[in-house]
Amino acid sequence: MTSAPPALQPPPTCTLRRLLALTAIALALTACSPAQAPFALENVTGLLPQLKFSLTDQDNRPVSAHDYRGKVVLLYFGYTHCPDACPTTLAMLAQSLRNLGPAATKTRVLFVSVDPARDTPEVLKRYVGFFGPQFVGLRGAGDALTALTKRYRVAFHLEPPDRNGYYAVDHSSAVFVFDVNGRARLLGQETDGAAKFTQDLRRLTAG
Amino acid sequence: MRQLLTYIEPWEFSPTVFLVCAGALVLYLRGLKAQRAHGGRVGFWQPLSFFIGLTLDYAVLQTYCDYLAQHMFWVHRLQHLILHHFAPVLIVLAAPGAVLIEGVPQRWRTRWARLLEEHPSVRRMLGAGGRVFRIVQHPLVAPLLFVGLIFYWLTPTVHFAAMLDIRRYRLMNWGMGVDGLLFWWLMLAPRRAQGRAAIGYPIRILIVCLMALPQILLGAYIALHSTVLFDVYGICGRAWAISPLTDQELGGLLTWIPAAMMSGVAMLVVLRRLLQEEGERTPPRSALTAPIADPRLI
Repeated sequence: MTSAPPALQPPPTCTLRRLLALTAIALALTACSPAQAPFALENVTGLLPQLKFSLTDQDNRPVSAHDYRGKVVLLYFGYTHCPDACPTTLAMLAQSLRNLGPAATKTRVLFVSVDPARDTPEVLKRYVGFFGPQFVGLRGAGDALTALTKRYRVAFHLEPPDRNGYYAVDHSSAVFVFDVNGRARLLGQETDGAAKFTQDLRRLTAG
Repeated sequence: MRQLLTYIEPWEFSPTVFLVCAGALVLYLRGLKAQRAHGGRVGFWQPLSFFIGLTLDYAVLQTYCDYLAQHMFWVHRLQHLILHHFAPVLIVLAAPGAVLIEGVPQRWRTRWARLLEEHPSVRRMLGAGGRVFRIVQHPLVAPLLFVGLIFYWLTPTVHFAAMLDIRRYRLMNWGMGVDGLLFWWLMLAPRRAQGRAAIGYPIRILIVCLMALPQILLGAYIALHSTVLFDVYGICGRAWAISPLTDQELGGLLTWIPAAMMSGVAMLVVLRRLLQEEGERTPPRSALTAPIADPRLI
């Protein structure tokens, strides 16, 4: 028979109390910062660089990101001969801007052509005119366009032409949303739907 | 000609990658020349292995391959396979350390030696670096770090951010390249070259076998997954038209099979080192031909 020696136990309350106090402080600290509801679209704040480009618009005027300061900018890459993705995405964005009401005046949708050969200023002007006054058609020759696609890490490439000379262009589906200061904030797609865009644009146009 | 240039010019020029690769190349060539000058035996396979490894690293980071890796999941996996497995194994097998050191100009070497001698702060910094190195190269930490990095960057949310944010993207690729060198050096370099970091050969065989398993599971999970796990490629556009699931399947297979095969290759290399060193240690007369001292033992 062996009897266990009396165990030497430190008073447990001391460390426990300290732990509780720390937890309480941590909880209090987190309570201080107001919990912002997350955006409906993918939040890309801090991941992508500030809006920057130099292209020409549908009236053949040279424009840069500076011209759109103070507006919430939606940036989308496409081409007017696009059979599916571009018209549906732009129609969805037009719908979300209609839902937005008067705040829509604080937004601009920049439709950057990845097919500047066919998308002349006139073609672009007619095309973006279908969707609404906030829609701007932009185009740029080789380097200016590549600089922008590289900056936002999107790809596009021309498919080989068919017998009638028609060719498709594969491109991204991303809609990049920039706040009034030109900071990249959100990333959405056509599949997100107009409601999500309206919801987030309301918040961004409010300030 | 113009077309060819677009394939070999950097997609996004990185001065760091350029300087490190060019620096390594210059030092190595200088080292080879110095060795030849004092009559050292310059082999053929080791320099070749070094050049191929270095060229592969540079090619996947600074040519059109980088563009494809940003816009195709399977090319991205191939890029990491080269950065994390193939190129570092080739470089480690070339054992370029001594040659590289010889490539450093004598003036710099004496200056560094003096710096070390005169400034205790430099010595302390070096000591701290050594401690970090020993932690990273611990036999438990190193394989966990190796496999952990693969899993971390393939977590869908982490992967999404890395493919959008150029800083994260660069950190990811550098991490893969450096960790690959550290890990395969620990596994494949001869013990006598490793100093205090050395791990016994049987343990190394165990490590490379065990680490194949999580890579196989992850690769199979990705390859056999029926929905798209990494949507960033669809959102930002693929380099050419390919079904997203085919892209994912190929990427998964690359994570699964060649990566696991590297464990097999590593095992063979370690086994060879083990036998070689055993051979050096045992007396030349083999046990089979030795006279039997005590016939009762048969």
